[in-house]
Amino acid sequence: MNLTELHKTLIAAARQQAADERVPYAFEKRITALIAARAGADHWMFWARGLWRAAASCVVLVVIFGAVSLFQPVASDSSSDLSQDFENTLLASADLPDNSSMP
Amino acid sequence: MERSEAELIAAVLKGDATSFEPLVAKYSPRVFATARRYARRESEVEDICQEVWLKAFDKLKTFRGEAPFEHWLMRMAVRTCYDFLRGHQRNRISSFSEISEPEEDWLERYVAEPGSVSEDADAAKLLIDRVLEKLSPEARLVIQLLEIEDRSVKEIAKITGWSVPLVKVRAFRARGEMRKILKRMTQNKYL
Repeated sequence: MNLTELHKTLIAAARQQAADERVPYAFEKRITALIAARAGADHWMFWARGLWRAAASCVVLVVIFGAVSLFQPVASDSSSDLSQDFENTLLASADLPDNSSMP
Repeated sequence: MERSEAELIAAVLKGDATSFEPLVAKYSPRVFATARRYARRESEVEDICQEVWLKAFDKLKTFRGEAPFEHWLMRMAVRTCYDFLRGHQRNRISSFSEISEPEEDWLERYVAEPGSVSEDADAAKLLIDRVLEKLSPEARLVIQLLEIEDRSVKEIAKITGWSVPLVKVRAFRARGEMRKILKRMTQNKYL
């Protein structure tokens, strides 16, 4: 049996099929309504997506700073201790000798 | 006064979604005709068309206006149909047992005397639909565009986003795939 001929005949049959251009009633209205409904949903989606992104970046920052503080070598020199420096700066005025009482 | 297509598109891009409606009304018949070539059920056809228009709305800013809007839209429609075929691959039925009586008669007459049957017969149209349904998504798309719609390889490359050599390779494979299906169909029934 000649399959090439059968192929050609069936393709010719497919070519003769008229295009079916029927459109359901008010299809364009349905699309417009869908677009409008999506716009409302998109507003909430925008905020939800933004907050999730912010949360993700916060987690990344926490991990990075945690890793830095964990693996940072402990300085033997007490002068580089940040908390000590902060305390010294804060109490600097109190530590100063009171010059007003001097003659 | 009726606004031009370019004006409607510009209005949509500025945020006026209602200006999209005349575009949907104008081009939906073509989009539906395209979808009906790839999907049989009317609910599937509607789903495809809806997806095409929602995609078109979302991607409208990528339309540069160099080619007609219709070409841009039809490219999107064909790609959506291809995605639909890929998503429904598993639904392809592998047996020919469900061939209807008129189709069987047509095939029987063709086997007996190839010149005696008409390609215009409804049975032949049903039969080619059945054969196309059994092809892989790539093969079906190529056969539809190249052989049934008579488009050039270059055009198909532009529509599908495949390279020209890839279209040629897929066309060669598609013809082979179709021949295999026809062979199985005729062997099952008449040899």
